[in-house]
Amino acid sequence: MITFILRRLLQTLLVIIILSYVCFGLMNLMPGDPVELMISANPKITTEDVVRLREFYGLDQPTYKRYFNWVSDIASGDLGYSRTYRIPVTDMIGPALRATFILSITSLVFSLIIAIPLGIATALRPNSKLDYIVNLLNFAGLSLPSFWLGIVLIIIFAVNLGWLPAGGYQTTGLNYSSWWAELTDKSKYLILPMVSLSIQSIGRFSRFARSSMMEAMRNDFIRTARAKGMSNQVVIWRHGFRNALIPLATIIAISVSSIFSGALITETLFAYPGVGRLIYSSIMGNDFNVAMVSFVLSVSMVLILNLVADLLYGLIDPRISFK
Amino acid sequence: MDPVVQVKDLETTFFLKSGPFRAVNRISYSINQGETLGIVGESGCGKSVTSFSLMQLIERPGKITNGQALLQGQDLFKLNKTEMEEVRGGKMAMIFQEPMTALNPVLTIGYQMNEQIEKHMKYNKKDARDRAIEMLQLVGIPAAAERYATYPHQLSGGMRQRAMIAMALSCNPTFLIADEPTTALDVTIQAQILELFQSLQEKLKMSVQFITHDLGVISEVSDKVLVMYAGAMCETGPTQTVLNSPHHPYTAALIASRPHMGQRIERLKTIEGSVPAPHELPPGCPFSNRCPRVKQECWINKPPVVTYPDNQSVACFNPIP
Repeated sequence: MITFILRRLLQTLLVIIILSYVCFGLMNLMPGDPVELMISANPKITTEDVVRLREFYGLDQPTYKRYFNWVSDIASGDLGYSRTYRIPVTDMIGPALRATFILSITSLVFSLIIAIPLGIATALRPNSKLDYIVNLLNFAGLSLPSFWLGIVLIIIFAVNLGWLPAGGYQTTGLNYSSWWAELTDKSKYLILPMVSLSIQSIGRFSRFARSSMMEAMRNDFIRTARAKGMSNQVVIWRHGFRNALIPLATIIAISVSSIFSGALITETLFAYPGVGRLIYSSIMGNDFNVAMVSFVLSVSMVLILNLVADLLYGLIDPRISFK
Repeated sequence: MDPVVQVKDLETTFFLKSGPFRAVNRISYSINQGETLGIVGESGCGKSVTSFSLMQLIERPGKITNGQALLQGQDLFKLNKTEMEEVRGGKMAMIFQEPMTALNPVLTIGYQMNEQIEKHMKYNKKDARDRAIEMLQLVGIPAAAERYATYPHQLSGGMRQRAMIAMALSCNPTFLIADEPTTALDVTIQAQILELFQSLQEKLKMSVQFITHDLGVISEVSDKVLVMYAGAMCETGPTQTVLNSPHHPYTAALIASRPHMGQRIERLKTIEGSVPAPHELPPGCPFSNRCPRVKQECWINKPPVVTYPDNQSVACFNPIP
């Protein structure tokens, strides 16, 4: 068990290193470097200044060397400065990471709460009216692009009905009198991005819940449980769903990363201050340090959640042992 | 004394898209206390459907369309859902064919036994655990207390079937249905399980309905036998009488197609033709298209039940004398 975790952690670390190097290289291919931006900002700059600045920032060195420098800085805890906001990256990334985490997790929980009962209900009555309706909605949900849905939601609920704010994270200039006031205010801002981020996963989860539940209910041990006189509820949840959970867990684990990348678009659309929007705005603004750090962090978050999912298998399925 | 189990005119129909299919056609039998009825027949003849009908575990599109099933005088088909759940696993228990898949892989043996014992015996967790371990010991599982906490995949096939038997017997059933309990096992394990089965039945005085397609097993375990073909009864009576002097051509053919120890033959005898498809059943006797003794009326009318001395009954127009 311990060796399994250690080995997986090592693998995870390796993947992070490789991906960050690839990303570092890609960033280098982007037109414009910080010095060029300085040139455009200051017309009086001389050619000698440019050479000196490039040397000063280490931009004259080859990519692998600069990557190495960057990694050693990161390792010593120095994430660099944001060129755009002129504050340390550390100060920006913390709140953004938290905001994205909240958005993704609530969206995951929300879609599971909706999708799993739907999946089970349709699995128990395949080809019923309910099954057809849910299936139709699932496909609609799967094929709606989240940016389009986001815009529609904003138009309906923020613009026309005025029930919810169109974007942001909290009401500006508001001092919260209690944690409850803070929670209600912030959740008002969370609803629309969360819903638009969840629609696709609801479609996906509910279809998978349906098929894995149908699979589970076809097993011989379901008949055994009924023959033992277990009630329908016990048969469905304790015997059926408990087994349907095994394939479902895989899909949920894989989906975490797609929810994460979906958050990138959703956050931008709703001006929600998360990592996704940070990556987007920092790339658009050539804010190199911010982009790299937020990229590496979101990659690590996905990989770590996958590791957690792997470990959860052991709890769900006793036939899996970690070696 | 009244028989423990009495089945009268049981009829189970599957309402398929291609039309209704009668899987069990007016089957009647009874089982006394401590008695074993063996039901024989080839695959698809309705043996299992008969058992599932009694348990009321027939799933849509199947439905019990006629008949009565009395367990100690109580008509099972008149019980509502919750009353039936009380009977299932309590007074009436069932053992299945596939010990590999009949146990839930994600729950321990103990857990699966406990939920049944807690439900029917109204025991608390601790007492249920003691009872479960006692049952595991009874069926000859070594180190029962440790096995209690293991998952099905950690046991061998024979051990799993023992655990299944322990589970089925845990709430002192008066009536046990065993649906091919030894078919999926090795021959040596099969012998062990049959032996265990018989000793337990003597000890617990249960009435047993034993389903198999193996005549050897039937002659070993059952007092009475019921031969089924295409959902209908062919012949019934005391096991030895039926096996020694079969009156129905199908029973005779079934016995003739058994391999014999020490006799090497070129080819085993088979029954010519095949079981008619559900929608092609002849209006008369279902065996008429394969029967060597077929007569004109066999094709048209359902054969009457002829009773012989010694409680042997045969549904045939032209029985073997």
